[in-house]
Amino acid sequence: MDKTTTLMTRPTPTLSGWGRLPKPGREVFAYDLAALSKGAVLSRGLGRSYGDSALPPPSVLDVATTTLADRIIAFDPETGILRAEAGLSLKELNRVFLPRRWFTPVTPGTQFVTLGGMVAADVHGKNHHVDGTFGAHVKGLLMRVADGRLVECSPEHEGELFWATVGGMGLTGHILEVSFKMRSISAPWIFEERQRCDDIGALVRALRDSAASWPFTVGWLDCLGRGRGMLSRGRWATPEEAPSTAPRSLRPVTVPFSFPNFVLNRHSMRAYNAWTYLRQGLSPGVTNPESFFYPLDRILRWNRIYGDRGFTQYQCVLPEADAVAPFIDLVRKRATAFLCVVKDCADEGRGLLSFPLPGVSIALDLPVDGSTQSAVDAMNEAVIDAGGRMYLAKDAFTRAEHFRKMEPRLDAWTEVRKRWDPELRIRSAQSVRVLGDPP
Amino acid sequence: MNIVLLGGTKGIGRALGRLLVEKGHAVCLLGRNEEDVLKSAEDMRIRAPNDTSVASVVCDLSKPDSFAPALDAAWAYLDKIDAVIVTAALFGTQEELEASRERARELLTVNFANTIVFLEEARVRLLADGGGTLCALSSVAGERGRKPVILYGASKAGLSAYLEGLDHKFREQGLKTVCIKPGFVKTGMTAGLKPPPFAGEADDVARDILKAVESGKPVVYTRGMWRFVMLVIRNLPRFVMRKIGF
Repeated sequence: MDKTTTLMTRPTPTLSGWGRLPKPGREVFAYDLAALSKGAVLSRGLGRSYGDSALPPPSVLDVATTTLADRIIAFDPETGILRAEAGLSLKELNRVFLPRRWFTPVTPGTQFVTLGGMVAADVHGKNHHVDGTFGAHVKGLLMRVADGRLVECSPEHEGELFWATVGGMGLTGHILEVSFKMRSISAPWIFEERQRCDDIGALVRALRDSAASWPFTVGWLDCLGRGRGMLSRGRWATPEEAPSTAPRSLRPVTVPFSFPNFVLNRHSMRAYNAWTYLRQGLSPGVTNPESFFYPLDRILRWNRIYGDRGFTQYQCVLPEADAVAPFIDLVRKRATAFLCVVKDCADEGRGLLSFPLPGVSIALDLPVDGSTQSAVDAMNEAVIDAGGRMYLAKDAFTRAEHFRKMEPRLDAWTEVRKRWDPELRIRSAQSVRVLGDPP
Repeated sequence: MNIVLLGGTKGIGRALGRLLVEKGHAVCLLGRNEEDVLKSAEDMRIRAPNDTSVASVVCDLSKPDSFAPALDAAWAYLDKIDAVIVTAALFGTQEELEASRERARELLTVNFANTIVFLEEARVRLLADGGGTLCALSSVAGERGRKPVILYGASKAGLSAYLEGLDHKFREQGLKTVCIKPGFVKTGMTAGLKPPPFAGEADDVARDILKAVESGKPVVYTRGMWRFVMLVIRNLPRFVMRKIGF
């Protein structure tokens, strides 16, 4: 075979989010984000969004991956304000700063995310009820906007662009540098306690009751078996409670290959959930922040456990606690949710498209099969009726008409976006699907 | 230790520079672009324990005139130097280099001639101080003439031969020479290439380099298994080498 034919028959490269649902796409890397972002359709970080948020629109192949740009630019130990290139990972930030008793003000459930991604998805964590989203702690962004200019924006300067970018899924411009305020902590250890809950109602009540005195709270629910749950709540340990040394980084294991689809099924997961419920120790104690905040980070490439069918996450927030139990009933009827994480959220942030609003957030891991689309449709309709919304960073299936109905802020955000990018040069596979952008 | 590092702004050098300062070694970073090398030095300063000194000096591996002044400046900053490490190099795929005589000439000049001239400048300075360690990144690509890395491999083969000779001649005088031979490492240099199985990470290679510099081991493969792979490759008969695309 001669060379040209090889080139021509070479299959189009594909790229996927964490849910392993591939689309045509290719990552382009460079150390210099100012050069890399020129003319790029979209920036991508560590690819931990589940669906198509970090995939290019159908007519473009390349996305600009920021992970090589990982330098810290400045850190002021007086104020805690840190500035870094957008590709710096939270993993690296924690490695450097946790032993020095500094921590990110808000962390998502994995540290394999970049600062740029944390701004774009305006991530929240177990402390949303006290500290809001990551965006609330961001002091400034250096951006490459669609017309090619470099723009420094902050709540004070170009505030509209700033708040459209916080939670704007990278669609308002490329984030090159991020400044935010780190949190000084009493000790690099977490004091945690757990509590079993009989059902979703008890779990939501326990979350609410813990919110007043605990900075970190989260609930886990068995959506397949008996519907029991587990509350975990934590705070930074006091210097007296904590061991004198900094915690050791946990040694990860890697899932070596994609499991056959049948490995994870309703029955194996039911057994696993029952085991999880019974196994968890309830005695309060000091624990490694890595295992508290990032339990799944110890299993590298855990998304392979779902097999080649891929999976999606569905996360929504429901404003009324009363709506939660009926929603869980719907989930149990329509879908096989292997993992269900419940969290209470406090005030809506200022990001024009940020996900959280006051209420109860529910995150579900769903293996993809023929019924996934209709299950997501049904859940979205329930969320719309309840006055809630879903989280774009997890989404792979939501229809444009559903998104519009649950997002009254969309017009305000679109107006700002169009002012900075009238031709919609910056877009993603997700923005084509959910916002109706040109392919 | 006090260490001069040429190429610490990107890739393996960036990882190595960070590791060195985190372990408390004083580092003078040499890099070709002033703004870039300043930024990298600041990144390392923030990561380092409080009293670690990090300096930066402009030095361009494609401009041999910049070598002596840069090394003089580094010596002035750190006073006594224990090791000079070169991680900087150019890379091009065989197709790119075959297509452009200019790029091939540039790569061969920088990776072979200029790197050696730089190391010569460092050698005389270290010897004048009574010794130290010279360390450079060669590559497993220099072990055998291979189809996918003919030109890049040739530049590294030459470098490896120079480093070995240097080690034989000067070790007795207190100058240790360390030749690092990484296999495929996932960095910006290799971005866009499909990583083979067992591709290395820059952080792991950096740890191996520091260990080698500390121990003064003359040849270090990283990851370690390349030593055995290359033992086989070096001993493959020519007719077998010709058949395989590797």
